[in-house]
Amino acid sequence: MKTLLICEYREGKLLESSYELVAFADKLGAEKAMVLIGKEAEVPKVNGKLYLADVAKYGEYKPDLHKKIVLEAVKKEDPDAIVFLHSSYGWDLAPRVAAALKAGQVSEIVSINEGKFEVGLCNAKLRRTVTPQTGKMVLTIQAGAFNVAGDPQGKAQIEKIDLPDAVSPLEFVGYEPAQKKEVDLARAEVVVSAGRGVGKKENVAIIAALAKALGGELGASRPVVDAGWVEHSRQVGTTGQIVAPKLYVACGISGAIQHVAGMKKSEFVVAINKDKDAPIGEVADVLVVADVMQFVPALTAMLQK
Amino acid sequence: MKILVCIKQVPDMASRFKVNGDGTWYDETDLAFRMNEYDEYAVEQAVQLKEQQGSTPDITVLSIGPDRVGEMIKKAMAMGCDRGVHIQDKDSFRKDPWQIASAIAGFARDKKFDLIFFGMQSQDRGSGQVGAMVAEILGIACATTVVGFAFADGVVTAKRELEGGIRAVVKLKLPALITCQLGLNTPRYPTLPNIMKAKKKELLALPIADFLKEKELVATASAYPPAKKGTGLVLEGDVNDMVGKLVGILKEKTKVVK
Ligand SMILES: Cc1cc2nc3c(=O)[nH]c(=O)nc-3n(C[C@@H](O)[C@H](O)[C@H](O)COP(=O)(O)OP(=O)(O)OC[C@H]3O[C@@H](n4cnc5c(N)ncnc54)[C@H](O)[C@@H]3O)c2cc1C
Ligand SMILES: Cc1cc2nc3c(=O)[nH]c(=O)nc-3n(C[C@H](O)[C@H](O)[C@H](O)COP(=O)(O)OP(=O)(O)OC[C@H]3O[C@@H](n4cnc5c(N)ncnc54)[C@H](O)[C@@H]3O)c2cc1C
Repeated sequence: MKTLLICEYREGKLLESSYELVAFADKLGAEKAMVLIGKEAEVPKVNGKLYLADVAKYGEYKPDLHKKIVLEAVKKEDPDAIVFLHSSYGWDLAPRVAAALKAGQVSEIVSINEGKFEVGLCNAKLRRTVTPQTGKMVLTIQAGAFNVAGDPQGKAQIEKIDLPDAVSPLEFVGYEPAQKKEVDLARAEVVVSAGRGVGKKENVAIIAALAKALGGELGASRPVVDAGWVEHSRQVGTTGQIVAPKLYVACGISGAIQHVAGMKKSEFVVAINKDKDAPIGEVADVLVVADVMQFVPALTAMLQK
Repeated sequence: MKILVCIKQVPDMASRFKVNGDGTWYDETDLAFRMNEYDEYAVEQAVQLKEQQGSTPDITVLSIGPDRVGEMIKKAMAMGCDRGVHIQDKDSFRKDPWQIASAIAGFARDKKFDLIFFGMQSQDRGSGQVGAMVAEILGIACATTVVGFAFADGVVTAKRELEGGIRAVVKLKLPALITCQLGLNTPRYPTLPNIMKAKKKELLALPIADFLKEKELVATASAYPPAKKGTGLVLEGDVNDMVGKLVGILKEKTKVVK
């Protein structure tokens, strides 16, 4: 099998996550070639062919042009699989490439199971294995699912790609930095997070009281932040903060991958959820099956004694 | 201005899921279905745009699926969409994203929509493919994962959310397609008068065969519960007993409770 790995580049740098693509290809035992829309000083340290297009001309986010560059590399390399990260870059570009090639796309692969691709279903409560029916396939892999071993050492052989026209129907204006952090959850020893299961804004105080009793900070899942119950700087997850406290308590949080990615390095995890099957159970050291509104005040009271 | 919103019906994610008889999907018995969360933001954004434009835009809401999706289309019309299209397909769940995208593009092709709204992904399957594929098939500009939307002088300014909460600001000329991320707006609840009004709005039912000419590109081999359930301890039963046990465990295993 031959893979074409689409590397990521942002704000002038190769993203480290690009090496996860290499780890995936190695796990498949596949040959690899790479594509980068970036600059020569930032190519990944991997042996093999690398198609390089100049970021000064093609921009960091001009998906229509990036698609054309990937298609050009596909033409030259004739890969069996074109692999992206399931990231804001990859999930945007992959379907465009898949549709242009009429290739089957498998999104967010979490592992390889007897040679088949395994993906989640229903918030990871179930899994599926899927098999593309086309000669060429487009794959996106879950961020963090395929780990890189050791420091990269190789040297890529660069071949440049340049397109005759470079007009994009989409104009990239610029980046806006993430909202300023008022609290640095990354340094807290204890984080107690409120999820949608707390039910309403008024109940957040009950979770905050537990955080206080444990000498920690209040965190939150995304819906709680989106609803304006808790400020964004307390959001835990891929689009919030990454935390690694000694104790993480998830109150009424289902355990979606984007949330778990922000807290799975915690030393000890307690989850309080009325659903015994909630996926948060997979990362919890202790899963308390209970209504948060009954359990949390009782726990706080006991700790305050 | 003509707007299209595409919505999918998904089971409530808090349900207990079982694998179906042929071992390829979840069993639908006893599941409650609702509008895909991401699609609620798509409907809301279309309706807000209509309100900002002095009500001139005409909003079509479309869903592919079995009979049960009718209720959801009515909800979208009660939120403010003008007309509904139900592409009837008892087996919509068996179609891959390419087929769903081809059918939607087949419907939209000659209708000259200026703006098309999608959710960024579905909650059950979550491939995040259909929107960008439709844009590709129709050859129109597209921005995915949008958390900020503004429209002026024929140009959409969209904010795409990237990892860590950074945003990329992009501009797109119409016709354009947007896929909506959580938090883009605050989806409204339909009011009773609007629910009544929605009953009188047009809801077209069309057979999938009119729009779908494509074969599937991806097949499911099997569906199954995750092999590794957590290795952690599960506490169940009386609240006070559990509090006592948990405090004991925290004292033993962590340094934060003494
Ligand atoms: C037996 C069986 C086999 C299956 N096999 C596969 C398979 O091999 N590969 C596979 O990918 N899927 C498979 N499915 C699931 C499939 O039906 C998906 O639900 C469908 O392909 C849409 O993909 P998605 O939900 O991931 O869409 P996404 O790309 O995540 O959806 C994004 C957006 O597209 C729009 N949208 C999606 N579906 C609809 C719809 N029906 N009507 C209107 N708008 C919609 C919504 O705006 C949504 O927010 C299978 C299901 C069954 C039961
Ligand atoms: C690109 C992208 C980025 C994202 N980034 C993030 C991120 O950074 N952080 C993040 O958190 N999410 C993020 N999300 C959203 C994520 O996918 C989930 O939608 C979200 O984490 C769900 O939050 P939740 O667990 O609070 O809510 P839900 O999934 O609705 O879960 C609520 C849980 O509470 C339980 N519950 C309900 N009532 C009670 C009760 N009375 N007592 C006890 N338990 C109860 C339920 O059983 C359920 O398990 C992102 C999504 C995308 C697509």
